[in-house]
Amino acid sequence: MNKRVSFIFLLSAFLMIGLLSFKLIKGIEGKSNPEVPNAGLTLPAGFNAAVIAENLGGTRHIAVSPKGDIYIKLDRPRNGKGILVLHENAGKAEVKTSFGDYGGTGIAIKDGYLYASSNKDIYRYKLNAANEVISPDQPETIVTGLLDRRAHNSKSITLDNDGNIYVNVGAYSNICSEFDKDKKGCPILDSAGGIWQFKADKLNQTYANGVRYATGLRNVVGLDWNQQDNQLFVMQHGRDQLHGLFPQYYTDKQSAVLPAECMYALKKGDNAGWPYMYYDHEQHKKMLGPEYGGDGKKEADPKFIDPVAAYPGHLAPDGLLFYTGSQFPAKYKNGAFIAFHGSWNRAPEPQAGYFVVFQPFKNGKPDGQWEVFANGFSGSPENTASGHAVHRPCGLAQGPDGSLYITDDAKGSVYKISYKK
Amino acid sequence: MKFKFSATVFAILMCISLIVNAQTKHKSKSAAKAPVNSSNADASSIMAGKKVFVQYCLSCHQADGAGVQRLNPPLIKTPYVLGDKNKLINIVLKGFSEDVEINGEYYSNTMPAHDFLKDQEIADVLTYVRNSFGNKASAIKLAEVTSARAAIKK
Ligand code: HEC
Repeated sequence: MNKRVSFIFLLSAFLMIGLLSFKLIKGIEGKSNPEVPNAGLTLPAGFNAAVIAENLGGTRHIAVSPKGDIYIKLDRPRNGKGILVLHENAGKAEVKTSFGDYGGTGIAIKDGYLYASSNKDIYRYKLNAANEVISPDQPETIVTGLLDRRAHNSKSITLDNDGNIYVNVGAYSNICSEFDKDKKGCPILDSAGGIWQFKADKLNQTYANGVRYATGLRNVVGLDWNQQDNQLFVMQHGRDQLHGLFPQYYTDKQSAVLPAECMYALKKGDNAGWPYMYYDHEQHKKMLGPEYGGDGKKEADPKFIDPVAAYPGHLAPDGLLFYTGSQFPAKYKNGAFIAFHGSWNRAPEPQAGYFVVFQPFKNGKPDGQWEVFANGFSGSPENTASGHAVHRPCGLAQGPDGSLYITDDAKGSVYKISYKK
Repeated sequence: MKFKFSATVFAILMCISLIVNAQTKHKSKSAAKAPVNSSNADASSIMAGKKVFVQYCLSCHQADGAGVQRLNPPLIKTPYVLGDKNKLINIVLKGFSEDVEINGEYYSNTMPAHDFLKDQEIADVLTYVRNSFGNKASAIKLAEVTSARAAIKK
């Protein structure tokens, strides 16, 4: 009798301890709760979301092969590997292999090759018939020696249908003021602050072999090739600190929404005007930058191109994807999804963003008002306002069945969004 | 007998875990609420420094000093904030852009030089930072900033 009681007592004690420690471990690992509908995201009716992988590291851009394998670029290598290959099975994706000893952002699949970028170079890997990398340890170096001066060093990539690859080289500065003290023209634009075009199949190209395709772009992380329009689209991160640097012209509140984060449709030779101008989406005008004589009212030289769409300031568009699938309702076809990583330069105003936006398109141009498509990555309105978002959307990809994949580079989660009528 | 024994073991275990819990709680509380034994001069420097912080530092390091993931580092108990005063003053005077690890993370933004601030403003803002966000360290004096600036000019 005694024995039995003590046994039960001990058992329950162990159970309690076990349960407690399990809870603790769960808390530490940040596992998502499967009972929360849509993985905590709010979506339009008919859509649902699931977290298919988590705790992967700094998951930046993502590409899904025609066979459904998921390739993800990590910002810094984990266990010496910077590219993850995930295989999806029954609603979960498991890391199958990993390779590439470099961190970075860019990743893309095109015509039988996987392309990936470090913060300096672009590599490619031949794929077999099953879209698997044949020699993970022997990439071909396509481009080398791009500038990495820490700030804005992501080298995002996309490819056209004519054998070219496009890469962003961000300006390693907010507004070039430290390099252009005499206002003679920003000297760093010769090798940064623009999009460079290279051949997708030529080895060891440097700046000398590439074309500065477009300039005056402060920093682009999200970019994609629009198949309908056969044109490059990019999302620029607009400048910071209008109020901090020019309190006489801009209030805290103005500085929290200005300048716009702009979407540009680029042609060869375009100049978007950084650092000389910024776009004010409330006045719908290109404004002369205060460093170059502007005061919040003077307009910029009209020679700079206009954006095709503009969004509130500081939301940090890190992913751009044209949706070409058929799973989602017709209005989404050929429209753009934009992953807004979320703000910091709105302080002391509340922070914002941490969501994925849908921008409707018609005939290859933005058409109509953008809308928030997936929200709730931050975890709560308080997290959003304070900037302490739990998850931050970064990369976007479309699966072979038309599902949408979203990476979160704060916690290393991968979300899959699908639609059911 | 056996029942008693296991019950005692259980009770001891529970007690130990309670004590451990209480101790860790106590520790974190006492750290956060450490008595501020600064003089009146320090207190007014902290107040003046808060104004400088709001105007010049908050947009990057944020109101709670927690910084921004991967971009701007936190100012909470970092070796720079709590460490060598001269090095700290130089970060504000000269700016900071090195690929250094700060409490296990890297930050890619560039901190511009704030040499346009007056010596007193720099002393105030750093005294504020060293006594906010859970930090507790001695004040930065005007003379320390003045001599750091003079050393750069030489
Ligand atoms: C434009 C954004 C920006 C502004 C404004 C700014 N900082 Fe920084 N600060 C940074 C960045 C980025 C780093 C880290 C640079 C690196 O890792 O090389 C940094 C580093 C520091 C550090 C050392 C690292 C640490 O985390 O302890 C201190 C101390 C500091 N800043 C204090 C200040 C103070 C005080 C002000 C206002 C007078 C200020 N900063 C204004 C961006 C900024």
